Amino acid sequence: MPKPEYLHFFIDPNRCIGCQACVQACTECDTHRGESMIHLEFVERARSTQTVPVVCMHCEQPTCAEVCPADAIKRTGDGIVQSARKSRCIACGNCVIACPFGVPELYDDRQIMMKCDMCYDRSSVGKKPMCATVCPSQALFFGTREQIEQLRPLSTPVNRFQFGAQVVSTRVFMMVPAALASHEPRVDVTAAMAEQPHERSLVLRTVPGGPVDHDPFAGVTV
Amino acid sequence: MAAIPVDDLKITERFGPHRSAMTGVRLSTSVEPERLVKTHCCFCGQQCGIQLKVRDNEVIGFEPWEEFPFNRGMLCPKGVKRYLQGSHPDRLLTALRRDPTSPHGFAPMPYADAIARTAAEISRIQQTHGPQSVALLGGASLTTEKTYLLGKFARVCLKTPYIDYNGRLCMVSAGAANKKAFGIDRTTNPWSDMVGTEVIWVAGSNVAECSPITTNYLWQAREQGAKIIVQDPRITPVARTCDLYLPVKPGRDAALFAGVLNLMIEHGWIDREFIETYTVGFDVVARYCAEWPPARTAEVSGVPERSIRQAAEWWGTAKSSFLFHARGIEHHSNGVQNALGTINLVLATGRIGKPKSGYGTIVGQANGQGGREHGQKCDQLPGWRDISNPEHRRYVAGVWGIDESDLPGPGVDAYELFRKIDRGEVKALLSICFNPKVSLPDNAFVTRCLERLEFYAAIDFFLNDTARHADIVLPGSLHEEDEGTVTQVECRVIKINKAVECPGEARQDWRIIQDLAHALGRPRGFTFNSPREIFDELRVASKGGVADYSGITYEKIERQMGIFWPCYSEDPKTGAPVDHPGTPRLFERGSYNPIAKGKGPFYFEDGKARFNVAEYRPPVDDANAEYPLFLTTGRVVSQFLSGTQTRRIGPLVNQYPEPRIEMHPRLAAKFGIQDGEWTVAETPRGAITLRAMVVTTIRPDTIFIPYHWPGEKSPNRLTVAAQDPISKIPQYKVCGCRIRRASAPPAYATILEPQQ
Repeated sequence: MPKPEYLHFFIDPNRCIGCQACVQACTECDTHRGESMIHLEFVERARSTQTVPVVCMHCEQPTCAEVCPADAIKRTGDGIVQSARKSRCIACGNCVIACPFGVPELYDDRQIMMKCDMCYDRSSVGKKPMCATVCPSQALFFGTREQIEQLRPLSTPVNRFQFGAQVVSTRVFMMVPAALASHEPRVDVTAAMAEQPHERSLVLRTVPGGPVDHDPFAGVTV
Repeated sequence: MAAIPVDDLKITERFGPHRSAMTGVRLSTSVEPERLVKTHCCFCGQQCGIQLKVRDNEVIGFEPWEEFPFNRGMLCPKGVKRYLQGSHPDRLLTALRRDPTSPHGFAPMPYADAIARTAAEISRIQQTHGPQSVALLGGASLTTEKTYLLGKFARVCLKTPYIDYNGRLCMVSAGAANKKAFGIDRTTNPWSDMVGTEVIWVAGSNVAECSPITTNYLWQAREQGAKIIVQDPRITPVARTCDLYLPVKPGRDAALFAGVLNLMIEHGWIDREFIETYTVGFDVVARYCAEWPPARTAEVSGVPERSIRQAAEWWGTAKSSFLFHARGIEHHSNGVQNALGTINLVLATGRIGKPKSGYGTIVGQANGQGGREHGQKCDQLPGWRDISNPEHRRYVAGVWGIDESDLPGPGVDAYELFRKIDRGEVKALLSICFNPKVSLPDNAFVTRCLERLEFYAAIDFFLNDTARHADIVLPGSLHEEDEGTVTQVECRVIKINKAVECPGEARQDWRIIQDLAHALGRPRGFTFNSPREIFDELRVASKGGVADYSGITYEKIERQMGIFWPCYSEDPKTGAPVDHPGTPRLFERGSYNPIAKGKGPFYFEDGKARFNVAEYRPPVDDANAEYPLFLTTGRVVSQFLSGTQTRRIGPLVNQYPEPRIEMHPRLAAKFGIQDGEWTVAETPRGAITLRAMVVTTIRPDTIFIPYHWPGEKSPNRLTVAAQDPISKIPQYKVCGCRIRRASAPPAYATILEPQQ
């Protein structure tokens, strides 16, 4: 049974609390039990509690599949890019290097690439993926476009990402602040990475209307 | 004789904590469960609904329970991996007796002999020293049925006043403040009321790590326009994106609340009509707050004046609001005052008892709410009745079939109980669901007390750190091996369902208590055949009390997916039998309650809420010249309380293996400490050596250490045994301390596994 067309995966890093419920739940998924396929990392723990969860974005034209010399990576009819096929994967690691989102991983012990398949055993029969079901902040959300529009008026789902000259369209959406998204309905990843980060990389409004990078502890003497 | 029988390490070798892992059927993708059991998580007060996968009397995994309304399938990492506590190599499968000649300090013994020996020792000590020489310690992770039975067992069978519980470390400041202000102790609104409100004030709650499911309510409220104010000495994950962060100095919360209320009064941002009609005591509070102009408030609280003004304006001018607090403001020798300070902010605006406007306290333990209502607290009888109130005593004595004069009076709080042990007044202890050697402050003192006991029996499923001192260990039940009810954070009474049978000689805890009553020769009142029978008696015992459960049945809980108490069997107004639906929201205008009898919505005879002066007092053992930093303690998301369960679950240990000392880079630089380096934290009580975690997300004058580990990794070696004079909660959240770079790694680093 194909995954219902109307159900989508949305990531909102703004909501993420870094609890790792998704990572723990991912290891319970039947296609890769015991192994988590989610990347959840602090951006820079020394300066912020900001974490970003990354699942496979399930590209319309998956770079990982395009660079695979063994044609081991398949995209299902309903748009899910699967882990490498055991019978074909030569564990060369091309996909690991090429994926602009840094998703696939090579498992040396098994000589295979594995990655998030949106809990295909669950999502293909209309269930939510494990991570999005358990996520306590709903930074990972699985549902319809109507639901997300109704529940998240402050942000807009975007699924076009620019990496230099390459623009990638994905099955998974990233929630972007509505004001930014109306101006530019895609995320320019290269430009964002080139931006000079704030001295304090956390957005903290200690003083409303004041600078967002104000140090709330500036007045504390040691 | 309750010194540990052999070296700690020898006990650890045999009894753990060892880490469980996904192996065997739990790793298989082809093994199907025989059934799914709908129940709840065994850990925190959120009490998320979950389905356990069961096969061959083993919990082999979980499936989200998306229909349960509170969490709709959401779980934190503890909930996801909770099933790995079952079939654990450390599980106690027999009773144990202390045996210094055994290589690991304990020898197995037949269950019946262990019961007989425990009863004989209790009898001997009580005959020599009187009934009050024996004490009981319970816990708020137990089902309400068990806590009810424990209270009854202490008073009716052991005839001792000395019973208390680990909620003393958790919920008592909130409880005492609620009772003083509202006449009833519970969160006022269901969490769904948060969504759609204008302002949410989070006072001292690391929501993301301690009550993760609440995060989605918070974020959803923000999506619908709520501004979020977070008051915390650390920039927690929820504080990171809040609209206003109040970086309060540890132990200064009451000053902040007074300063904010002062500004609200000054600007007329209060609801005079509500105050006039529905409250008493405002003028005295206003006079006290007048002593807190913004400059003084800022100086004392450590919060910049402009932030205090902004908080007052947002809170004062909102049309709807929600305030909730947790241990951050409650774990103080001023904990009740702090909680009263928040309540004053709520009452002054009149924003309570309405949809989208309320007040709540986030309970810490599974049954943090239900576990404090039905009689394991030293001063209390079922239904939130008062053990010193003659009318209450007569009612409960009647239910229990004893003479009121035979019912003991109030006992003492859990910490005072240890002081009584120290003074030799209490000679024997029976404990369940409590690990004071890790969880009480200044725990070197607690250890000395345990060593002074003449006899100590512990009921537990794993050998916890405290139970290592026991003469007898009785093998109790895991959460999934019994049924019963608990009351979660919103005050929804829910049903825990049994998934598997107890393994080996382990028994359901209520059976162990009853077996003891029988062996003591006083079986009357302890002949229940099931938790349901206990619950049915509890319904009667709570009837007419403030926490009235009389209209609740197991079937009704399942049908309604939880019932908010009070839930009456007879209409409080007419006395006619009623199929009462429960009370999701308290204090609605025009509502009737059995105390006020229609005079008003609050639970006092005049129906009015009470303003209480919430006085700021500096912490006991505050930072000083010799110990210039503030030490504060708390949780991490993957661990729970003293770690008896979570330090045995491999994936949770791996997520955050060992405690670290969180400190600001400016502080670290002053002492030449790099991230990850061994650092000594020291107070007059002791010193511990842990690795540093250098982050800008904490006040530079404060260090934070999570408290889930024992022995040389336990920050409760450092904390002070100062208690709130009313609630007796310990002051875990602040004391003076100092740090230095360690000259060498601690000895334990090469000996102990991270979870040990």
